[in-house]
Amino acid sequence: MKRSRVLGPGIALALAAMALAPQASAEVERGELLSASCFTCHSIDATGNMPGLVGYPRDLMVSQMQAFADGSRPATIMDRHSKGYSAADIELIADYIATLQQ
Amino acid sequence: MTNIKRRNFLKAVGVGGAATVAGFGCAANGSSTASRGAHVIVIGGGSGGATAAKYLKRFSPDLQVTLIEPSATYYTCYGSNWVLGGHATMDEIAQTYDALASRHGVTVVQDSVTEVDPAKRAVMTAGGSTMNYDYLIMSPGIDFRYDAVPGITAADAERIPHAWKAGDQTRILRSQLEAMPDGGVFVMVAPGNPFRCPPGPYERASMVAHYFQQAKPRSKIIILDNKENFSKQGLFMAGWEQHYGDMIEWLPSSRGGQVEEIDAANLTTISDSGLTTVKADVLNYIPPQQAGKIAMQTGLTGDGFWCPVNQQTFESTIHPGIYVIGDSSVAGAMPKSGHSANNQGKIAAAAIVNALAGKDPLSPSTANTCYSLITPDHAISVAAVYALKDDGTLGGVEGAGGVSPADAPASVRQMEAIYTKGWYTGITADIWG
Repeated sequence: MKRSRVLGPGIALALAAMALAPQASAEVERGELLSASCFTCHSIDATGNMPGLVGYPRDLMVSQMQAFADGSRPATIMDRHSKGYSAADIELIADYIATLQQ
Repeated sequence: MTNIKRRNFLKAVGVGGAATVAGFGCAANGSSTASRGAHVIVIGGGSGGATAAKYLKRFSPDLQVTLIEPSATYYTCYGSNWVLGGHATMDEIAQTYDALASRHGVTVVQDSVTEVDPAKRAVMTAGGSTMNYDYLIMSPGIDFRYDAVPGITAADAERIPHAWKAGDQTRILRSQLEAMPDGGVFVMVAPGNPFRCPPGPYERASMVAHYFQQAKPRSKIIILDNKENFSKQGLFMAGWEQHYGDMIEWLPSSRGGQVEEIDAANLTTISDSGLTTVKADVLNYIPPQQAGKIAMQTGLTGDGFWCPVNQQTFESTIHPGIYVIGDSSVAGAMPKSGHSANNQGKIAAAAIVNALAGKDPLSPSTANTCYSLITPDHAISVAAVYALKDDGTLGGVEGAGGVSPADAPASVRQMEAIYTKGWYTGITADIWG
């Protein structure tokens, strides 16, 4: 890797700004990783014909996943998916998805 | 949010990273990358690799991510059967890397990797570049084992297409089907397990039958199968009978399906020690498979055909620092599918980001869904949710998953056909959008 570049004033300013900003909170939490597997079908760009999930209300997510799992909400495939997650996992997913913004 | 703001600020003051890595002159879509952050190289821009590249940047915008892929346009294998059936175009299964570069900040390099040096953490390309990585993700798909059956070689694929990597091969098979006279025989040789896209051969037979029914209804389809049963078998066979009568004949390995030799010149398969021969008008030989060439060459398969990985992270158990995802990997109960590869890309991306943060890897829980069309209005599916078991393998969660119900009405089959197309739009947006 070749990083040797002349530091201009702009870069120095940028580096100073970076020193002030907290280091990247680059850690993936379980809720985010679990939710990522939903995005395969339920694109976060809201393309496709599966219902979009961006900003989906937390409690509604929990209740709908439970309804798919217990059969009270009819489904073609979500009944088979919803049964694969614990109540705790569903809450993690619901918490994370509720934070998504377009 | 902090990260994004900082990135924008860096861009505004002109810290472009175009020259931070030696050999970037060949970047097809070079984009500004922050000069800080570890460098992750992703080999292969299919379902696994493109997902991994995108989610690395999504999870940790400061990372430098380079995706190396030889093609400017990638044709998805899923959906290619619909092209063979005549109700989708090649354009509809074409994907490009523009959004990965422009929206997500991935450096996309159009080149092919000729060598990986795990000790030096370096990648060499056909274009003459050498690039160093902190982490490497490999998603090289499959390679074909043409040495498994005598009488046919890779050089025959122009005349006897596999069409198991989409693109020109799909076009060749489609034009052969179009040129075939009514009353002809389409013969498909389906591989033994494991192979890419377990329901794929049977969706292909369905789509070809759909085309024949409309264009050349006296034609026949014979599947010579190198196994005794196949994915969603009951649903496929019921659908074939319902829509296509006896047009499709399936022969398992015990009834002549185990092809032992191919007379390529005469488009004829030979099985049962020569007792059974089948003459095709169009022959679709799908060879047995192994991990993609660069994975084999790097020694990531050990003594086998596929790459063993730690199934919690997809890091190779042979070369630490290299993660193998998608069809090339051994991923417990997960099938070799685009959907699996997509989710494995997210797991590997998260594992690398958390390793850089000094955190323990997460215990993944993930899913697969495979839709198959029997007609354009009749689809079936298989789904599963996977979690890490005590023995370290990814296993299906009990009580979840399974196939579409056997007794579903036509309206449910039609709904699943609509969702099949929706799945395609969704997954391709998730990967390349």
